[in-house]
Amino acid sequence: MKILVCVSKAPDTTSRIAFNADQTAFDENGVQFIVNPYDEWYGLVRALELKETLGGTVTTISVGGADYEPVIRKALAIGADDAVRVDAPESDALYVASQIAAYARGKGFDIILCGKETISFNGSVVPGMVAELLDLPYVPLATKLDIDGQSAVLEREVSGGVEVIEAKLPVVISAAKGMAEQRIPNMRGIMAARTKPLETVAAADASVTTAIKAYSMPPAKGACRYIEPEQAGDLIRILHEEAKVI
Amino acid sequence: MREGLCIFAAAKPVEPMRTDLYQGHDYYLMDELLTDEQKLVRDTARAWVKKEVSPIIEDAAEQAKFPVHLLKGLAEIGAFGPYIPAEYGGAGLDQISYGLIMQELERCDSGLRSTASVQSSLVMYPIYKYGNEEQRRKYLPKLASGEWMGCFGLTEPDYGSNPGGMITNFRDMGDHYLLNGAKMWISNAPFAQVAVVWAKNEEGRIHGLIVERGMEGFSTPTMHGKWSLRASDTGELIFDHVKVPKENLLPGKSGLGAPLGCLDSARYGISWGAIGVALDCYDVALRYSKERIQFGKPIGAFQLQQKKLAEMITEITKAQLLTYRLGQLRNEGRATTAQISMAKRNNIAMAKQIVSDARQILGGMGITNEYPVMRHMMNLESVITYEGTHDIHLLITGMDVTGFDAFK
Repeated sequence: MKILVCVSKAPDTTSRIAFNADQTAFDENGVQFIVNPYDEWYGLVRALELKETLGGTVTTISVGGADYEPVIRKALAIGADDAVRVDAPESDALYVASQIAAYARGKGFDIILCGKETISFNGSVVPGMVAELLDLPYVPLATKLDIDGQSAVLEREVSGGVEVIEAKLPVVISAAKGMAEQRIPNMRGIMAARTKPLETVAAADASVTTAIKAYSMPPAKGACRYIEPEQAGDLIRILHEEAKVI
Repeated sequence: MREGLCIFAAAKPVEPMRTDLYQGHDYYLMDELLTDEQKLVRDTARAWVKKEVSPIIEDAAEQAKFPVHLLKGLAEIGAFGPYIPAEYGGAGLDQISYGLIMQELERCDSGLRSTASVQSSLVMYPIYKYGNEEQRRKYLPKLASGEWMGCFGLTEPDYGSNPGGMITNFRDMGDHYLLNGAKMWISNAPFAQVAVVWAKNEEGRIHGLIVERGMEGFSTPTMHGKWSLRASDTGELIFDHVKVPKENLLPGKSGLGAPLGCLDSARYGISWGAIGVALDCYDVALRYSKERIQFGKPIGAFQLQQKKLAEMITEITKAQLLTYRLGQLRNEGRATTAQISMAKRNNIAMAKQIVSDARQILGGMGITNEYPVMRHMMNLESVITYEGTHDIHLLITGMDVTGFDAFK
């Protein structure tokens, strides 16, 4: 089983979010970046589990600058065999998908696994674009992934139940919560990550078709009010007259 | 809802803290001084602690039960001999990585850190530093993997701050040594397979001997009734005519300097650990101060609480800088015993003050096991005494700067 796992970086969930002076870029100053949890906890870990039972290799691919290295080393410490970084800015989704597809084309990956989204951009579109560019089947938001011969058997949560899907390999999959459990690297993994191969490849030709013009913060939260249980009757009046939500 | 208005039909404003919400605090951007690998090592230890230890530590402390099942995980995150070279099963990390692991463990509990400190600095370190190649190959890989646990016997019932007065002794019997005596306050003793024991020979010279569980006349009774380090096992080592094979003597170094060299390593780790305790209490107190409402506003909006919090982060930041620099000196092999004493003494005193202030910020909740503060407070009463008391470290600094020995 030859698996490619797409690994993005994302701000740590405890980061203080701020933008530059003209609100056109995320202010990375003082921000700690982590492996995007959907890529790490679900995509990468499930890929490693499959490798452990079926054999094969797990390669990670990231699109970004040299500042990606700590995130890639963590993925290697968790257990990926090798890593590729496409040396290109993380522009829009189609550009990133084009880079991944350009690298993966013709390399014989059985599965390309992505997290269902990055927790920073929340676009959820890169894996679908990769599948389209490579003309491969695509199963989004999978919560379970098993291999049966030359097929992937997947589960997805649908309204009121679970959908079971079979897809012929090779396939592109986006991983949702439930596919695997977080795996904390061990010291042997951290030591091994020092010497595992990290290949840097040049960007392929691709166009950037969208650009973010401005960012803004959501409105600040108002103060909380606590209603004593014995005054619950007031709740309706407050919701109606003050909050004006009913 | 408009403008974030939220309404709760209940009057309990602060949620209990059983979930470990800890996040690090780095006021002077010290992370920029760390390598990517050091950060990965620290974050790994932190993630493991949150997943495996935080959910059970309060119960373990309350029941005074050492969570033995954690040993494998401690080994996997590199807590046993992180700076021992990989060829002996260690992780081959630098001293700052070692410190960061100790910080993250003690952030959760000083007893957890003690177990790792003893294994690393007081058992693996002397075997690596003073042992011969055969001893290294025999013991270090098993100690690094946690398959064997070790303990360190220096302190005796009547000889604590004055270890040079020890009574435990061994005699050369030709084909073996005969060991007699007793050691007290020994972390890990009840479950250790290996003890590095310091004893005097016929000439009164101190040597290190590796004593293994199962040797006839060697027993390790557990000490009960501790109000501190309750989640760590402490015991005695009793040697009643124990026959120790001659190849178990550590040949590399003798004299009081040998065990004191181990203590340098352990004290260095403790100085990082104390920062972990302080960070945890600051983190809890800061969050609580923003959530707890009195007189219609968060208590963090009152000047007296801000004074406590501002002083906490100031003292933590000073300790972080002091300790990071000490780590650099350790990496270069230049840190002196006196410099390590200063950091151990300063950081524990700092942590004790912060624990006390955090307890006050938490009000009545601060005394409960919903929060880690009282557990930390009790733990520090051991940490300020073991591995050189607060007063002894002061005298070490005093002697270092004046040249006069004021110990006796």
